[in-house]
Amino acid sequence: MKFEVNGSEVFASTGGRPFDKSKPLIIFVHGSGLTHMTWVLQTRYFAFHGYSVLAIDMPGHGLSSGKSLKSIEEMADWVSDVIDSVGYKDASLVGHSQGCLVTMECAARNPKKIKTLSLMGGAGAIPMNPELLSLAENNDPKAVDLMMDWAHGPAGHFGGHPVPGLYHINTGGMLAKSRTIKSTLGVDFRACDNYKNGFEAAKKIKIPTLSILATGDKMCPVKEGKKLADLIEGSKVEIIDNCGHMMLLEEADRVLKVLKQFIVTNFPAQKIN
Amino acid sequence: MTDKKNKGTDPKTYKFDTLSLHAGYQPHKNAGSRQVPIYQTTSYLFDDVDHAAALFNLERGGHIYSRISNPTVAVLEERVASLEGGTAALATSSGMSAIFLTVMTLCEAGDHLVVSSQLYGGTVNLFRLTLPKFGIKCTFVKPRDTEGFKKAIQKNTKGIFGELVGNPGNELMNMPEISKIAHEAGIPLIVDATYQTPYLCKPFEHGADIVVHSLTKWMAGHGSSMAGILVEGGKFDWMQNDKFPTMTTPYEGYHGLSFAEEFGPTAFTMKARAEGMRDFGPCLSPQNAWNVLQGIETLSVRMKKHCSNAEEMVKYLLAHESVAWVSHPSVPDHPDHELAKKLLPNGRGSMIAFGIKGGKDAGVAFINNVKLASHLANVGDTRTLVIHPASGTHSQMDEATLKFAGLSHDMIRLSVGIEDIDDIKNDFEVGFRAARKPRLVSNQ
Repeated sequence: MKFEVNGSEVFASTGGRPFDKSKPLIIFVHGSGLTHMTWVLQTRYFAFHGYSVLAIDMPGHGLSSGKSLKSIEEMADWVSDVIDSVGYKDASLVGHSQGCLVTMECAARNPKKIKTLSLMGGAGAIPMNPELLSLAENNDPKAVDLMMDWAHGPAGHFGGHPVPGLYHINTGGMLAKSRTIKSTLGVDFRACDNYKNGFEAAKKIKIPTLSILATGDKMCPVKEGKKLADLIEGSKVEIIDNCGHMMLLEEADRVLKVLKQFIVTNFPAQKIN
Repeated sequence: MTDKKNKGTDPKTYKFDTLSLHAGYQPHKNAGSRQVPIYQTTSYLFDDVDHAAALFNLERGGHIYSRISNPTVAVLEERVASLEGGTAALATSSGMSAIFLTVMTLCEAGDHLVVSSQLYGGTVNLFRLTLPKFGIKCTFVKPRDTEGFKKAIQKNTKGIFGELVGNPGNELMNMPEISKIAHEAGIPLIVDATYQTPYLCKPFEHGADIVVHSLTKWMAGHGSSMAGILVEGGKFDWMQNDKFPTMTTPYEGYHGLSFAEEFGPTAFTMKARAEGMRDFGPCLSPQNAWNVLQGIETLSVRMKKHCSNAEEMVKYLLAHESVAWVSHPSVPDHPDHELAKKLLPNGRGSMIAFGIKGGKDAGVAFINNVKLASHLANVGDTRTLVIHPASGTHSQMDEATLKFAGLSHDMIRLSVGIEDIDDIKNDFEVGFRAARKPRLVSNQ
């Protein structure tokens, strides 16, 4: 669906069901340079099981208008504005990669508004490889190719997509190339590289939090994810083996299983906003 | 987002020959079986009713019924998508069903397509006679008439279709230029790349949006199994205009799903499967999918030999006294020679058309007397194949259509196999000797 946030049009997938304000809201926040489509194997489940779902395209990404936001802090405030714009008082947040930094910062800034936090492939800081950052800022498609290479685990490189007929690396690559690389990936990578508040933000989070990490994640390795999780009070950690950074697609079913268990327990669907 | 080990390097994603052997398959999810298992089953157990609903609602990936998808077939689909540089693929029971499914996913009754005139005879009939029965009309344009494609586009045109190298005359479509014309009009370019396989050309790199193959040919390669596939490039923006409402608006045919919004770069394949396989059902058998996978494992090796043998045969035919003309993109005076160098850098393919002196009678005598070359209605076998199109593959065309398709009565279509080149030449000598005999008799 399309709606306005701060005067700009935003697109969000509602997971194939009409947006229904009587149901609790889950917001999914994608990673650098990507779009709402990365969440298709998680969002539709929740939309069909009692939740209102918004898999948002960040400004300047996917089908959303406007320019990409330049800092994680701005993105965090924007996600909070999304909740207001759709008429909710609170929501559960799910983030992947850069989306983890955004949702974590948002949760730290809005302790009453954010009810649960689910982080996939997250870390307290995501410093960028200088070569990758430079390629992305110079609009070089090699940035996307490198990201797809590093983002997929050994098994993901062979394929075996959970949806018959889809090929992981080319699909992800095409998503990241759907808008101008430097204006999406380039801006996002710079925002990740500049963000230094992750560990401090983590210490402020007191809501139920789940970290899903993958043993083959070269971009946000398990030890970095655990370091972050240790700072979040009562944080739960789930590790997916034989999988890379794109766990939400590479091992969609296993990820959905742990996410489902966490959200249903801590943010039940029968809760009326 | 740092990978210290990979600093300053190129991506380490697998390359063509490796993907030919491995893409789409993970042994650890299949009891460690090194070879792709053949899932000879119609249907798949649901864990519970929630799991069943999740599969039907596309909440999660998986298999329901083998008409819609099958694990063995899915490996083939991913493998071909990876080799083509595509986002997704859908395998079908034949190349013709891949074309039909592509058109039916793209078009509604009242729509129009612009189509290259030089196509396999069955494809010509589909576009000329069968699709109009569904309310879909086509305008044919000669493949070299690039401007003609532009002029033929109408308000209701939903795509341009052509074979990259036309069957059987070996005329090339200027794919980069025609893709620009298609994209300026907000419609996709669909390319049948059966003759090339992704080893010789990856059409997505030259502007195509959807690629179709008869996998029966070089991809499977051994003349054993029928199969087809459509592959999606993922770049075409279905939402740029209002020409494709069943892709871009809530679609009654599938629970109000908007395929383009939900699946983006894989939307076309998702719709072709969810709607097309459900409603038309031209599914590929797992056994045939496995046979094609076996063929693809050696695609590079075979295509190199096919192409080197073809180049030798071109030289041989050009020098032969019984041959009136030879059409192959490797011939310097072929009108598309330069374009072929650009689009087909790894080889110009193994299809040769040549004219035999003595016309139709000589052609018939040649075909009837070769012994090693097989006379049959197929191409892309490991074995050398010959046919006389005017009396075979294109025999359902009238005189005018034959001429428009660039065919002549003296034309022989040769699909060069990977036998020893000397044996192919020796066999042709037998054919040519027989072809000369009727003329000698008639001259007496």
